[in-house]
Amino acid sequence: MSSAAAHAEHPPTATGLQTLKLGFWTFLGSETLFFGSLISTYMVYKRRSVTGPTTHEILNIPLTSISTLVLLTSSLMMVLALAAVQRGERRGAVIWLLSTAALGSLFLSFQAYEFTSFYHEGLTLSVNLFGSSFFVLTGFHGAHVTIGVFWLLVLWVQAVRGRLGPANALAVEVAGLYWHFVDIVWIVIFTLVYLIQ
Amino acid sequence: MSAEAAGGARPAAHGAEGHPGYKTYLLVAAVLGIITAAEVAVFYIPALAAALVPILLTLSTGKFILVVMFYMHLKFDSRIFTGVFVAPLLLAMAVVVSLIILFRVLPAYSPP
Repeated sequence: MSSAAAHAEHPPTATGLQTLKLGFWTFLGSETLFFGSLISTYMVYKRRSVTGPTTHEILNIPLTSISTLVLLTSSLMMVLALAAVQRGERRGAVIWLLSTAALGSLFLSFQAYEFTSFYHEGLTLSVNLFGSSFFVLTGFHGAHVTIGVFWLLVLWVQAVRGRLGPANALAVEVAGLYWHFVDIVWIVIFTLVYLIQ
Repeated sequence: MSAEAAGGARPAAHGAEGHPGYKTYLLVAAVLGIITAAEVAVFYIPALAAALVPILLTLSTGKFILVVMFYMHLKFDSRIFTGVFVAPLLLAMAVVVSLIILFRVLPAYSPP
């Protein structure tokens, strides 16, 4: 949203920017440090497990590649939802918000299947350093996706009831920022954990 | 100085709200899909094993930048948002690199 449009809907601020959006970007900045610490831990403990299973034995690259494409596609659905809300297209907003939530749920299903299969193959949170750092990192990411899915469903209900329009597009934009952040974190995890073994 | 100038906002050259249009979003999505496919292909090509890490890091960095610039609109929004996000991101990257050097690289040079 341009600053001019912001002034039309919000009281002026020192920066000319919406406080909610600035605060949310600050929150996302703090989240980069949070995931940075988890990624650091994973990288430091990489290939230091003295017992199996290890990455080479257990990671399913084809399955994770599909789930990665699912999450990337959900980001496209999210920007289409925001564009529809900004244009006042209620039907488009309803369809794209539900699509984003559905693809997010599908990603979580892939992760649940992966965690379950790993558990049956002997990889648990406490079996070795790989298990501990892998489950904590990807588990926290999954928790973030879960929160995002619930957030999207709340927005979808509002869209169905006709309560989402150009006047409150900022609510969708902020949810979109969160969703895309979850996406970029997965871009990093997919490369560092799954592809660089 | 106007508030807009103070905030460093770019001119809205991409339609409503200064955000890109559907075509740009679809183009970015296609590029992201192609890069992801390329990443997976590189992983399975034995001849590229020696250069695997730099290739994958380059491709994933490209994906990261595309999402942040176009889907999160940092290319079109105020530079303040960029600063607020990039500063802690650089700090996080410094932490990751520092810890890898401290725990993975330096021990190899320590005396027995």
